Amino acid sequence: MEEITVSIPDIVKPKLRFLEEVSMATPGVSRLEMCIQCGTCGGSCPSGADMDHTPRALFAMIRAGMRDEVLQSNAPWYCVSCYYCMVRCPQEVHVTDLMYTLKRMAIREGYTDHDAAPDFSQTFIGYVEQYGRSFELGLATRFHLAHSPLRKVGIGTLALDMFARDRLSFVPTRIKGMDGLHAILEKAKAITHDAELTGGTQLL
Amino acid sequence: MKYGYYPGCSLERNAAAYDISTRAVARTLGFELDELDDWNCCGATEYIAINKLAAYSLIGRNLALAQQQFHANGNGHLAADGRAQLIAPCSACFLNLRKADRYLQEDTKLRDTTNEALAAAGLHYDPGTVFVRHLLEMIINDMGCDEVKRHVTKPLNGLRVASYYGCLLVRPRLGGELSDAEYPDELESLMKVLGAEVVDFPLKTHCCGGHMTQISAEVAYELIRRLLQNASEYRADVIVTICPMCQLNLDAYQTRVNQHFGTNFNLPILYFTQLMGLAFGLEPKAIGFGKEIVSAENALIKIQRSLEPAATPAPSRPRKKKDEGLPMPRMPEDEEVSA
Repeated sequence: MEEITVSIPDIVKPKLRFLEEVSMATPGVSRLEMCIQCGTCGGSCPSGADMDHTPRALFAMIRAGMRDEVLQSNAPWYCVSCYYCMVRCPQEVHVTDLMYTLKRMAIREGYTDHDAAPDFSQTFIGYVEQYGRSFELGLATRFHLAHSPLRKVGIGTLALDMFARDRLSFVPTRIKGMDGLHAILEKAKAITHDAELTGGTQLL
Repeated sequence: MKYGYYPGCSLERNAAAYDISTRAVARTLGFELDELDDWNCCGATEYIAINKLAAYSLIGRNLALAQQQFHANGNGHLAADGRAQLIAPCSACFLNLRKADRYLQEDTKLRDTTNEALAAAGLHYDPGTVFVRHLLEMIINDMGCDEVKRHVTKPLNGLRVASYYGCLLVRPRLGGELSDAEYPDELESLMKVLGAEVVDFPLKTHCCGGHMTQISAEVAYELIRRLLQNASEYRADVIVTICPMCQLNLDAYQTRVNQHFGTNFNLPILYFTQLMGLAFGLEPKAIGFGKEIVSAENALIKIQRSLEPAATPAPSRPRKKKDEGLPMPRMPEDEEVSA
């Protein structure tokens, strides 16, 4: 039999089904494929009422390949990481871990550019990347000035209460091995960047 | 008994009451906490939302350091199964460290790339070598309630306590947590041996809102309100917690919640180690009392304790009149007794 050769342009990345892509990018074993659409997750969710789609609906949409609608959803950003859904799911789907995967995908693909929630995460880790420890005063000041300047009076009185009880530090603590931590995080980001270019979904 | 200790960023300042009461309780119970040298932030619930591998590498550095410091040379930190024990009092740190260790075992690609990143600083972690444990679970299982009871000198008789677990110690189930994901009872057992009156608290494993107080405050306020309401309905004097995030949300945002809903909750939020310290007879100031925003003074009064050390008499106003009255008659028996 004659061999048929098909030429694939280099720029075409491996086209994974959206379901596989989300599942593979989730640490450990996500079990997303096992969802039976029972809705226990949404029923157990403390912020389910605020979500435009419950996790159950979101998982059906992922299966249907509705990439845009899924990554635009506010559901992952309302997730409070309480893990009720995860322990109640009869199929042991790692719902909370999947929410984090959807957050990463939404940020990477530019669906959340002006939102407060991803910016909070970014501001938080900015201090961690700089000092190795979190810095609450810096985080609160920088984040609230950017997103809710009208609230800063209220936040100010709260900060004063915390200062009065010596519960807020003016200066961040810097770890000794900052150079090492910096090298580790740069390497991790480089590996992630390569994976983005080569379609290494499992690493994202 | 010797354990590796990972305090986490909150315990450095904001939750200092948790750190000092933990160390004080350790001295009384006779276990040693050996702080992990140069530990870094666990990334909370934020880093994993941005970059998976960076998040695992950040946590991985702590696990690699713990392997190096506590596992490589033993040093008396090993559990019966040969793993080095690392105690985290913060539920978020506990879960991040525990979960990373678990997923690095399951996910070989993640393990290899995390180690590739760690190698940039000459570090390496073998998943499964560090046994991450929460402080409460360790006290319950290694010390035991009977042992704790032996050290109680000033029982908390009459103090009505709502035991609040929050989420991240009891869920998800990764092995080695408490007895149940929704209705555990270990904290109640511990409070009972301290002499406290444990009240029913049906929402004990519900969420405090986590970082939502910052991002979407109204969502968080409603979750906090439910918890305060529930504890008030059962006439709790205090809510006892095992996590700095829960403490911060329920304590620091209580006034804000009251303003938002027109309520007047006034519930002090204390760490379980602070109540242990009180029952062990330690001075309230030495175990972080006074750092809470919603004052615990009334709760202390209820068990005949106060924030100021008992030895110092209250300053009295100088009296204008000489208050020397007539000498009280003394009976000869009194002298005999005192002699």
